[in-house]
Formats: sequence, structure tokens, C-alpha cells
Amino acid sequence: MPSSEPLLQVRGLRGRYGPVEVLHGVDLQIEAGELVAIVGANGAGKTTLLHILSGIHRASAGQILLEGQDIGRLPPHRIVQAGICQVPEGRQVFAPLSVEDNLRLGGYAQRHHQAWVEQQLQFIYTLFPILEERRAQSAGTLSGGQQQMLAIGRALLARPRLLLLDEPSMGLAPLLVEEILRVVRELNQQGVTILLVEQNARAALGVAHRGYVLETGRVAMAAPAATLLSDEGIKRAYLGY
Amino acid sequence: MKRLRGWWLLAAVLAALPLIFPGNYYVIVVGASAGLFAILAVGLNLLMGYAGQISLGHAAFFGLGAYASAILTTRLGWHPWLALVAGLVVTGLIAYLIARPVLRLKGHYLAMATLGFGIIVHILLVQTGGLTGGPDGIGGIPPLSLFGWAIDSDERWYGVIVAALLLVVLLALNLVDSRTGRALRALHGSEVAAGLMGIDTAAAKTSVFVLAALTAGLAGSLFAHQQAFVSPDSFNFFVSIELVTMVVLGGMASTYGAILGALILTFLPELLVVFEDYEVLIFGAILMLIMIFLPQGIVGGLKDLWRAARRRPGKGSQDAA
Repeated sequence: MPSSEPLLQVRGLRGRYGPVEVLHGVDLQIEAGELVAIVGANGAGKTTLLHILSGIHRASAGQILLEGQDIGRLPPHRIVQAGICQVPEGRQVFAPLSVEDNLRLGGYAQRHHQAWVEQQLQFIYTLFPILEERRAQSAGTLSGGQQQMLAIGRALLARPRLLLLDEPSMGLAPLLVEEILRVVRELNQQGVTILLVEQNARAALGVAHRGYVLETGRVAMAAPAATLLSDEGIKRAYLGY
Repeated sequence: MKRLRGWWLLAAVLAALPLIFPGNYYVIVVGASAGLFAILAVGLNLLMGYAGQISLGHAAFFGLGAYASAILTTRLGWHPWLALVAGLVVTGLIAYLIARPVLRLKGHYLAMATLGFGIIVHILLVQTGGLTGGPDGIGGIPPLSLFGWAIDSDERWYGVIVAALLLVVLLALNLVDSRTGRALRALHGSEVAAGLMGIDTAAAKTSVFVLAALTAGLAGSLFAHQQAFVSPDSFNFFVSIELVTMVVLGGMASTYGAILGALILTFLPELLVVFEDYEVLIFGAILMLIMIFLPQGIVGGLKDLWRAARRRPGKGSQDAA
């Protein structure tokens, strides 16, 4: 019954750097079409979790199932082919390459779907008109917000079934954060399943359906976003009021 | 074919030079030598300039190609072209075998490992005297022949080397401007980010390493036949350093820059001979000055200057607002 499987299921995930364990058994689940936020303080293990999901870092224990298939031991490029694509923390655009070359690199694994890539490129240019304006410019000359748009566009060219966003608000002015999150919600409404990791808990929970609160390597709470936003403990710890 | 304009220009200049300066020692002899180094530098630039993987042992592949040709033609009597192909196969295979373990390393560690490889190959060339002739090398390597023509004059060698260079440059230009080329440049930027694009980073690094080794092997085979003699000292550590210098001096990630670097490093010592005892000193000083004032290399530096000049106000630029 593949249709009843959740898109992503993570069970008992542990991760360590050398002798230090930073994830102590994380469980989470994402259904197709959802927008799920993971919030938590610095050092809670959010980025490590995403790195393990993308295959950059290997889990020391636990299972990662994409529609029931164990992808926990695949190298990063195979995970991208399987449909999980990450927009890394700090954007990591390829600075000397042109905006369009960056986008085309996102479609690297789609070489047999050239027509789709061209079509998706046009879609991304309508989503972020500034990228079309600057398509020939080197990505390093873009502002932080534009680079974030580029990084998201680049990931969308990989045809993700699950899009991972690591701290898209990092280093951006409040207006730009709003703009980026508006796009994130819009993409989700168009059918892209999104896992959004954010330190900016209020902004993330404002757009997400559900949220997980990660605390020192454990899931402290999992609930609909609205519930988390009104929780007194969460308010005090993460929302700052 | 707009993107090959530079290539046609290069081909025209290289073809015209011996006609304009017939029999000129600098053009024909030093030029051929510079051409061989340009092949090496263009290949190394793919690995270093584009993919961002340093190699301090590139001369080893140059030597493997040269010795393969020398040994197979003199000791086993193989046909030179067959020996050249066999040399490429051997060089490529050795590069493939060491690529995976070595390219796992990064930065200084990769530099150390490739340095070690270069030294090992050099020592083997010196120590396995029965096969390689030891420090005395191998002489009497037959000339190449092409369609019944023996390539036995300086002019003919100039032609063969220039043809090989143009071929390698064409290959490099096309590669860089392809999907694979974008992947290599992504690797240079960030290996993690490249992996997140779906690029098999280990495979991409291995293939560019093998490709760079193959161009070096080709240069080596040509070198062996051109000189009719090989000895280990043509492939030692200093040659590897010189190759890296050519790439950096000309401008990383620029094929024409690599050629320029090879030209400068081959011609400069020839021209500085007039300074006799101070030759090496002045040579070093020139390299230092170029790197201080043009840290992007010559091609990169000139590009910056060109852009700055075009942006200067009062030159009728439309974006003055």
C-alpha cells in the first residue's frame, strides 16, 4: 500500500560528531503536501538533522524512509535523485558562476528531462523576476535576499518531492524574511512538500501546518503550528514574549 | 560558433608564426617546448583551476607517458603511435587507481599526497634501472611519423605539437562550457553544495583527474619522441611546481590563461639569459611582482582592469545614472 505511506518517516535517528552525540533518537513524519517546521535554539541539532537527511552526514543509528524506501545509506547525489533536495544554510550559491548556470546546476540530475528543465526555469523566473533580470550576472554579486531566492530556485530545478530549507531567514532584513516565507508558503500551496528549519520560530510557525520543537537533540514537542504558537512554554523559550 | 572565436584566433596565430619568422629559434624550438608545457598546463588547469583540486605531482603523469613511449619503442620495438596509445592507457589507469583515495583529501593534505605521488614516481624512474635506464635515462627513441613522413625536423615538431595543443584546447573549451564543466566549477565552490545539486562529487573529481593525467601523458609521449631521449630529471618535483605556477600565473580557471602562463614560464628564462648570474633572481622577482599586482593571475587581472576601464565615468557609458 504505497499510497498510505508517509512521504518521509524518520525513526530513532541518532547522529554524532566523533564522540559527541547531538541527536538522541529523533522521530518525525511528513505527509505529502505538508509544510512542516522544525524550530529550536542554536545547537539543538536542526542542521545536523538536515545534513543526515541529505546524506552529507551519516546517521549513527535509526532509519530514514522515503515512501517506505530506506535511503539512510545513500550518498548525497543519490538522495537528490530520490527526490530530497536541500537549500543549505547560508545559501551556498556558486559565486563565480552566473545566476543561470547556478539554476542549471540545480537541474543537474534532470538531464533526461531537458524540456521540463526549460519550463521550470521559466517558472522560477516568474516566481523571482529579479533572477531573470540578473541571469547573466555572477551569483556572488547578488544581495543576500536575492541569493536566497537563487538557492531556492536552484533546488526547485532538482524536481524535489521534499524540499528541505535550512534557515532561509538567516541574515535577512525582516521585510525580506516575510517575502521569502511568502514564497515558501506559495510553493507549498502549489504542491511542494516542505520541511522548513528555522531559528526564527515565530516566522516559521506562522506559515507551517505543523511544527516540531527540537531541544538538545530530542523532539520536545510535536503539534500543529497554531498550538505551538499559543503554547506558554514555547512562547517564553522561543518567541520572546 | 562565437565561443570558439578565441580558438580560431589561437590556431591562426600559431600557424602564422613560423611563416612570419621562418627558421627562428625562439619561435620554432622554444615555441614547441612552450607548446608542450601549454598542453600540460591546460590539462592541469581543468583539475586545479576549474575543479579546484591541487596537484603537486602532475609531472609524474608527464613522465609516465614519456617513459611508456620510450620503453615500448626502444626495448620492445613497438610502433610509436601504438606505444603512445598504450602510454595513455597506462597513465590513465594509474591516475584512476590513485584518484579515489587521494581526492578524498582536501587542501594541504591533497597537496601533500600528490606531492608524495610525484616523488615516488620520480624515485621509481631513477631506481628501476633495468627498465628505465636509471639516472642516465633512455636514448635512441625513434621519431614519430605521420602518413609516411618522419617527424624529424624542428619545423615538423612545431606543427605536431601545435596540432596536439589545439586539440587539447578545443577539448578543454568544450568541456568547461558543458554540463560537466558546470559540475566541476560547482565542486570548486563547495563540495557539499555540489553534492546537494545531485553531482556525484567523487566520480566528477576522478574523471577530471584522469583527464588531466591523460593530457600530461600525451605531452609526455610527444616529448619523448621529440627529444629522442628521456631522463628522470625532466619529470621531477620542480617540474610539477612549474606547472602549478603556469596555471596560477596565467589565471586559474582560464584555458587561455594556462597557455599564457606556459608561454611566459618557458620564454622568460630564455630572454633573461642576458642577465647571466642574476637570471634566476630576476625571474623570481617578476613572478612575485605579477602575483602581488595581479593576484587573479594575468588573464583574471586584465579582465578586472578592462571592466574597471569600461565602468569609468565620462566614457559615454549608458549606466551613468
